[in-house]
Amino acid sequence: MARVELKGVSKSFGPITAVRKADVVFEEGSFTTLLGPSGCGKTTILRMVAGLETPTGGDILVGGRRVNDVPIHKRNLGLVFQNYALFPHKTIAQNIAFGLKYRGVPKAEASDKVRQALEIVRLPGVEDRYPSQLSGGQQQRIALARAIVIEPDVLLLDEPLSALDANLREEMRVELKAIQHRIGVTSIFVTHDQSEALAMSDRIVVMSAGEVQQEGVPEEVYNTPANEFVARFLGAANLFDARVTGADAGSVELDTAAFGRLAVPRERALWLGDATAARLVVRAEKLALSAGDAVPAGTVGAPATVEAVDYQGQLARYFLRIGDSRLQAIQMIDGRPFPEGATVTVAVRPEDCTALPVERAAGTT
Amino acid sequence: MRAWGWIRAYAVAVYVFMFAPVAVVLLLAFNSSQFSGFPIEGFSLRWFRRLFENEAIMRAFETSFSLGLLTAACATTLGILASLALVRYRFRGKDWITALLISPVLVPETVLAVGLLIFLRWLSMPRSFLLLLLGHTMIALPFVVLVVQARLVGIRRDYEEAARSLGASPLETFWQITLPLLMPAVFAGALFAFTISFDNITATIFWRPAGTETVPTQIFGMLRNSVSPEINALGFVMIVVTVGVPLAAGALARYFARRRQ
Repeated sequence: MARVELKGVSKSFGPITAVRKADVVFEEGSFTTLLGPSGCGKTTILRMVAGLETPTGGDILVGGRRVNDVPIHKRNLGLVFQNYALFPHKTIAQNIAFGLKYRGVPKAEASDKVRQALEIVRLPGVEDRYPSQLSGGQQQRIALARAIVIEPDVLLLDEPLSALDANLREEMRVELKAIQHRIGVTSIFVTHDQSEALAMSDRIVVMSAGEVQQEGVPEEVYNTPANEFVARFLGAANLFDARVTGADAGSVELDTAAFGRLAVPRERALWLGDATAARLVVRAEKLALSAGDAVPAGTVGAPATVEAVDYQGQLARYFLRIGDSRLQAIQMIDGRPFPEGATVTVAVRPEDCTALPVERAAGTT
Repeated sequence: MRAWGWIRAYAVAVYVFMFAPVAVVLLLAFNSSQFSGFPIEGFSLRWFRRLFENEAIMRAFETSFSLGLLTAACATTLGILASLALVRYRFRGKDWITALLISPVLVPETVLAVGLLIFLRWLSMPRSFLLLLLGHTMIALPFVVLVVQARLVGIRRDYEEAARSLGASPLETFWQITLPLLMPAVFAGALFAFTISFDNITATIFWRPAGTETVPTQIFGMLRNSVSPEINALGFVMIVVTVGVPLAAGALARYFARRRQ
């Protein structure tokens, strides 16, 4: 177990910059997710920590030791791939024991460790089978067993759940987190799936276009996005143009076309500074819909037209229009969903809104 | 439907034309008569006995076998290394090297043969068994490279990266992971190289040192005098080796593949 630290790490492939001056700390024993769309540089960071790519700038420290020039096979890392990468010509036992061989573990002890590892991933008794005889989910458990049996300093997980089907993915997500928690290994998890990131992580590092956009615990990143990219990437967000009309110690007052004036708490306008123009972020699930035209106390609201309904069983996603603004709302269905064309009242509590500065360049969206 | 009948008949005729000569050799090898020709008088293995008693032929067999095996070994080793370099690494002039490695297939063998001889003359090196081996390796190499490369492209780098992350050095990774996964192609490539060397005649005639005969050059030499029934027996053995070895190897590979499942 070790703390991993990136100090101004960059990576270019010829003229293309994959990672630009990343400063990230992965605390000892923590589970950190690198989250972002494909091509954002998250996998490149993982591969640099693994030693599969060499940074073109900056330093990578594992347990306080600079590892830039340490070859991968001397780094003591566990690596789990999206496609499992189990050796097809070796049995499960040989696969798991592969790393032990290079650590001078005696045969008898190795087979004990293999058995323990198989118990940890809840697949005992498959030692003599070949990978092709196991299902995808089972293969990924074996890959995990192979990575943790060597007691690595850091566990690197490169989209390990993406090749599994939906139900299995959610099951493995819970289990993977439980195993990580039990053995307490510092883990770096790469994914483009926000729900995986939110469900599993101690911390999330959101990346886009080779740069770190925001870093924090899941609630922080979800509730107070640092910029429009983060707001749009995590969950379904509505963004409105707003004007800053006033401010005091506790809140910032904004004026929007859809909802009129509302006061956003200071801690939800951290990134705003003293700008006069702002973007108001409202999560789709924070919008409350009701029949009639009463706006509940403590909220701001406006009448809206239901343009389309996306029925999802226990939830419904509504596509609404208020004047010229279009917005999305996600709501639990209580009784029957509102029909298309219905007029409803949309309300939101100002303290559920976030204010962001207006971005000049549209490059990150 | 009538058209199909014609096409079928035509196809059969083509195959008869192709395989009848082979069948004739195979049949006549067992003819007891002194003279090669039909009708077959009786069944006999005497020409095979004569073959095994003929020292020149046995020597030619020995040469051909050792040359074939050595060619297979050299071409396969070089082919694996070349494929690894071409598939796994990026470097300047890669396309040129690929073209150069494959070119012996495209250049007429006579040109290749004469070229190598002139080159050796310029180096003032005499013809030798080593030169013959070198030449055969050059001719067989493209086939090995093509087969091994095709398989290597299909072996995901994840396997090698996983092995490295678990502590295997690059060399250990090659022996433990890459080579075993590459084995079917290596095997096929080696077989190709052996058979190519074993029945090569054009280039061999140019390159062989004085007094050295391979089986094909031996047959060629014997045919200049007369068509003796021994040649039919020799032809039979040649066919068995060049057709039988790959078939047997293929069956063996399938057997082992099935046992692993």
